[in-house]
Amino acid sequence: MSATALGGPARRRRRPRRMAVEAGSVILGIALLIWSLLPIYNMFLVALDPEEGEIEFDGNLWPPSPSLDSFRDVITQEARYLENFWQQFGNSLFIGLFTMILTLLVGSLASFAVSRLRLGKASLLTNTALLTYALPASLLIVPYYAIMHAYGLADNLWAVIAAQVTFATPFAIIILQLYGNLIPFELDDAARVDGASAPQVYLRIYLPMMAPALAVVAIYAMLLAWNDYLYQAVLLSVRHMTVSVTQGQLFEDVDAEWNAMMAAGIIYVLPPIALLLALRRYVAASLSTARVDD
Amino acid sequence: MSSTQPVLVAPDSISAKGQGASLGRRRLHGADLRWAIAFIAPYAAVFLAFVVCPFGYALWMGAKPALYRDLVSDPLYLMTLVNTIIFVGLGVNLKMFLALLLSGFFLRRRWWIRALLVPFILPWLTATAQACVSFHWMLIDQRGLLDGLLTEFFGIDGPIWFNDRVLALGWDIAAYIWKWMPFWTVIFIAARMTIPRDIYDAAEVDGATGVRRFAHVTFPLLANLYLICTLVSTLWMLGDFTTVFLVSSGAPALSTDVLATLGYRYAFATAKPALGVAAVMSALPLLIPIAIVLMRRLRTGEVQL
Repeated sequence: MSATALGGPARRRRRPRRMAVEAGSVILGIALLIWSLLPIYNMFLVALDPEEGEIEFDGNLWPPSPSLDSFRDVITQEARYLENFWQQFGNSLFIGLFTMILTLLVGSLASFAVSRLRLGKASLLTNTALLTYALPASLLIVPYYAIMHAYGLADNLWAVIAAQVTFATPFAIIILQLYGNLIPFELDDAARVDGASAPQVYLRIYLPMMAPALAVVAIYAMLLAWNDYLYQAVLLSVRHMTVSVTQGQLFEDVDAEWNAMMAAGIIYVLPPIALLLALRRYVAASLSTARVDD
Repeated sequence: MSSTQPVLVAPDSISAKGQGASLGRRRLHGADLRWAIAFIAPYAAVFLAFVVCPFGYALWMGAKPALYRDLVSDPLYLMTLVNTIIFVGLGVNLKMFLALLLSGFFLRRRWWIRALLVPFILPWLTATAQACVSFHWMLIDQRGLLDGLLTEFFGIDGPIWFNDRVLALGWDIAAYIWKWMPFWTVIFIAARMTIPRDIYDAAEVDGATGVRRFAHVTFPLLANLYLICTLVSTLWMLGDFTTVFLVSSGAPALSTDVLATLGYRYAFATAKPALGVAAVMSALPLLIPIAIVLMRRLRTGEVQL
């Protein structure tokens, strides 16, 4: 009896506040939803317009007569600038996949040598990695252009892959070093006692144990290459165009078929989403060691 | 003397064993050393061929003092410098602070907030070039989607966004925040999840809830990570080319260029590669201190990601 009398006013005072917090988070949620989806909605708005002309820029909030023609034009390669869409898509995919594979390989080998085999000072590796970080990729584009010519990699997809691997590896090494510290050295030692060589420890213990961190690195490297515009635009000619570079037509020709361009842009988003879904389990594993607060 | 010696030495060797460092404490030799060198060789090769060489080349190209005299006498360069400071200074801080606040929001236990995380992540998955072009079309010429919305819901005609330097630069920043805020929010969500619940329970007993709990419990615990993320993000944003190049593309009249895009224009549009390199090199006095602070922080502070 007395307990409810004491608890009553406090609860009554708290209820309006809780309601205000709820209402606030609903409003914030709606604002976030609009903010996040508006530019994506705009991509669909432009892509679903059957006309290739100016109609999508007439202040329409939804396409007057939505159609999937632009998607069909892209897939059948009938749109202007996208006559070789699948080849451009293949180039992008080639760059993305090899950037991912090489970053994983180079990064995991280096951090294994330093942190598991204890080669020299671990901090030296992390520091050189960080020094690379201090040089943002876009700032080195002019020397890259010259140096790729010197290496005989002018207008070659491998030039872009080399650049992307260079800028993805530092992050890979830092993440792998941090995560690798969580894996007990006793595992390595036990394998060594059983006569395993260094490559065997790398393949059988290090790589499987590091799977969650490797998944994060794979996604990071792939997205880095996928999002790149500058290096693909400068280092490659029209012959080796990628999907990313086609968007630069903005400045060449304002009357380009923008509905088809945006349709291509939407198709282009699918591979990273597929990768994220495929590796979802591992990424969740790397996050789920901890508990959730409210 | 001889009796104290083992006592002094003992803790050291115990702690070395405790870390399971039996491999590390003995010197590498023979097969292991060869393997270690072979394993590090690919990274060393990449570093030498694609970091040391281009950077050395850039230093050599940008070494002439005359270049910097040309730069400083170019009003476009000075305006770009101001733009870069605004773009990065405002963009990074706004983005990181919002990401920190939103990470708390997304950890609220409501099914619809969890569901909201999926559309919220989408910008990060959208390819940069396409998203920036979408922003461009959304804002162009008083006929884009945003102006359509303004007319529909508020009955006003939007301004010509890219005719105004402040508005155009503002939209560059907004587009960058749109693209990258989800990434940093996820980082902060992961970090907040590692904070043990007992700490919050103890804080609640002491009466720290809401804003006070954020200011006195959550933020101090995340401060080191927040600083590191802010520095990394500053480096990334300084190097960002695509956003400014495709959203405002320097409009109006190249007045919203940043160093990355101006360097590109000098080098590839006006065929002055050395000037382009010099423009970009002028960011080094800012980049190097950030890198040094980052190194120190990562070495001393244990970063939990």
